[in-house]
Amino acid sequence: MMKHQAVPVKVYAAVFGALLALTITTVAVSRLELGEYNFIAAMTIAVIKGSLVVMFFMDVRRATSRTKLFVGAGFFWMAILLVFLLSDYLSRGWLPSPRWL
Amino acid sequence: MADSEAVLAAHEPGLRHHFDDSAQQFESSTLGMWVFLVTEIMFFGGMFGAYTVYRNLYRDAFASTSRFMNLPIGAINTGVLICSSFTMVLAVRSAQLDRKRALIVFLILTLLLGCVFLGLKYVEYHEKWVDHHIPGPGFHYADSRYFHQAQILFFLYFAMTGMHAIHMIVGVGLLTTLIAMAARNRFSGAWYTPVEMIGLYWHFVDIVWIFLFPLLYLVGHT
Repeated sequence: MMKHQAVPVKVYAAVFGALLALTITTVAVSRLELGEYNFIAAMTIAVIKGSLVVMFFMDVRRATSRTKLFVGAGFFWMAILLVFLLSDYLSRGWLPSPRWL
Repeated sequence: MADSEAVLAAHEPGLRHHFDDSAQQFESSTLGMWVFLVTEIMFFGGMFGAYTVYRNLYRDAFASTSRFMNLPIGAINTGVLICSSFTMVLAVRSAQLDRKRALIVFLILTLLLGCVFLGLKYVEYHEKWVDHHIPGPGFHYADSRYFHQAQILFFLYFAMTGMHAIHMIVGVGLLTTLIAMAARNRFSGAWYTPVEMIGLYWHFVDIVWIFLFPLLYLVGHT
């Protein structure tokens, strides 16, 4: 009746193992002195983990294009929020204040 | 008319008359659930946005708070939530395959793991209370330079983990409903939409924690 075949347990188990391994990795990496790269590494691992959950556990990889569009739009708008915020806050002080200010 | 509806119902249990078939009905439910989850992304997005702004303004203060976070509990809770997502996905799979006993077992396991998470969260909040790390008049901070700025981080900590915990409590309620429905034999391999939808919700709450954990516990830990 449903369009989708049940996914083999070993696929879910592999994703589960990967998520646990990435959690241990992110804690281990946070112990290293990498400066700004600590933050970049932590966020990269979080994005990978989130994508695994979205694609496999939430089954977006087998969803219809319409559902994928809505999911993509949600995360894209979140990206707009953060990128535009940062484009303001990070770029402050890059240029000297104009003399007329 | 009544006869044809009876025939349809016999063929596709759970199918509402305004849908062509179960596949279309299922896709509509999935899309609707995702529209709701997108509003949730926006909702948590606002708080992640606030975190981003204040972390950029008060980087050193935020980094200094990490050592007052309970990293072992945070890491264990991350593992607990990942385990609960795994049992949830196995519950959905059991529903797909019409394995009624396995469905109930996996739903109960998911519920229990959710309760473990909330229990550990309680221990953490209590610790913050004892250490005077709750923003407000009673706030104390070891490094007096960051007295005001650290309060902003702890405010964000309680706002973000608190909203996440409220979502967990809602999820526990939803799972209890699912278990009751499954026990009354309401689901079959042909119709198990609530299991799938609450599964999406549960995984979404897991994803929020996947981002909260590094931002609150790991940043500046060295």
